[in-house]
Amino acid sequence: MNKALALPTRRDEAWRYSDLDAVARVWPVDEPDRLIVPAGERRTMTLLLDDGAEAVAIRDHPVEIGAGGTLSVHLLAIGGALGRVTFDVTLARGAHFELKAALVGNAAQTIELVTTVTHAEPDATSRQTVRAIAAGHATTSYLGQIRVARDAQKTDAAQSFKAMLLDRTATANAKPELEIFADDVKCAHGATVGELDKAALFYMASRGLDPAGARALLLRAFIAGLFDDMTDEGEHARFEAAALAKLEALG
Amino acid sequence: MNSHWEQPLDLMMLKIENLHATVADKPILKGLSLTINAGEIHAIMGPNGAGKSTLAYTLGGRPGYEPTGGGATLLGQDLLAMEPHERAAAGLFLGFQYPVEIPGVSNVQFLREALNSQRRARGEEPLSAAEFLRLAREKAKLLGMDMEMLKRPVNVGFSGGEKKRAEMVHMGILDPTLAILDETDSGLDIDALKTVGGGINAIMRAPDKAVLLITHYQRLLDYVKPDFVHILADGRIVRSGGPELALALEREGYAEVIAA
Repeated sequence: MNKALALPTRRDEAWRYSDLDAVARVWPVDEPDRLIVPAGERRTMTLLLDDGAEAVAIRDHPVEIGAGGTLSVHLLAIGGALGRVTFDVTLARGAHFELKAALVGNAAQTIELVTTVTHAEPDATSRQTVRAIAAGHATTSYLGQIRVARDAQKTDAAQSFKAMLLDRTATANAKPELEIFADDVKCAHGATVGELDKAALFYMASRGLDPAGARALLLRAFIAGLFDDMTDEGEHARFEAAALAKLEALG
Repeated sequence: MNSHWEQPLDLMMLKIENLHATVADKPILKGLSLTINAGEIHAIMGPNGAGKSTLAYTLGGRPGYEPTGGGATLLGQDLLAMEPHERAAAGLFLGFQYPVEIPGVSNVQFLREALNSQRRARGEEPLSAAEFLRLAREKAKLLGMDMEMLKRPVNVGFSGGEKKRAEMVHMGILDPTLAILDETDSGLDIDALKTVGGGINAIMRAPDKAVLLITHYQRLLDYVKPDFVHILADGRIVRSGGPELALALEREGYAEVIAA
């Protein structure tokens, strides 16, 4: 247990955009168990963060993926005054890490995802696809660090972050960070922050769709597909229903 | 040709009176007046920059197209006081010159929600998925569009001709009383022009409906015969006549006819 750890400050990169007052209410948080994916095996993880409006939820996930192993994560973070999920993943030779995440916040919520993916050995691959929607005074953040060790040749890492701001008062932060010490690697990253397409909204209105309906349809399309490859149908249905309810509640 | 004889009621569908509108504070419509009765098809032709698309967008309520004077009513209701989606529920359909692509939203899903949103606004029961699919299949067939295309995202990856055909499928499904079609003929080859023209006739040629065709060229009018043709220049209608006016424009050009 890490009870002695000092409260994070804005100077800590990983906490720069967080809600530190909320953090102080639950600090220190327990050190989590390390997830180990054995060599050659495949694991899936589904994570639905839907705590109540007052809650402070901080979930840290240290992960080690053995040689040739795979971890596939689906994350939907929609709850809490502060909802914070972190992944610190170390990949052995030929391992694969896949993360598909939707962060949706409204009111004064802070929803953040912080990932550190370390390609420690050659031939490992990682794919991170993150979509964020912020309404009201909400803040959504994605801080994604990729580290490639000196011998980790043929690393193939990709990050895609797209954020949608529904109000002028909402915030999206994107911070891709690459630290590469090998020379034969592919690291792709892209980040965009946008608003709902006004031309599409008028087009939809001209066909009779009311503004709330048009907005909901565009937002559903924005995060559609993230959860399509979930293998557990019950979990898939639970994610879809929770996402839809949250999108409808964005006011 | 005048179709008043086949029309039981002399019902005023659209009345535009002395309409002024600006785009980015620039006056574009400068006192446009036009009356369209039920059962009539009107064509508005005009050179580039005359205000044709501004007229369509102003009547449709597009943000940025600001009515600054005069008015417009649809079946007696103040069109300009309504939100865009309310205008659609009141019976207006706006066909776009450049239909918008909406990735991730299928035509079927979009049109079902749009139609049911209109029906709710009119106090009607929404259609079930099965009822809607039956309707969509019928209208797609009318326009020679494969049902598979309707399952694809709205206009994404469609050719220019397919987009216009899809616009007509939308119109068929939504079944408006007044259609304003902005350059529906642009980007169409001759076969698509025929199909789209046939679709407009099949869907909108009725005693209780009316059409305002906005077009640059006469060629669509070979397939959709207008009862009246108007020439728009510098934000107002400068001449009105029958179909022969469109032919004269095609022969002599806008400058000639407007000056005459």
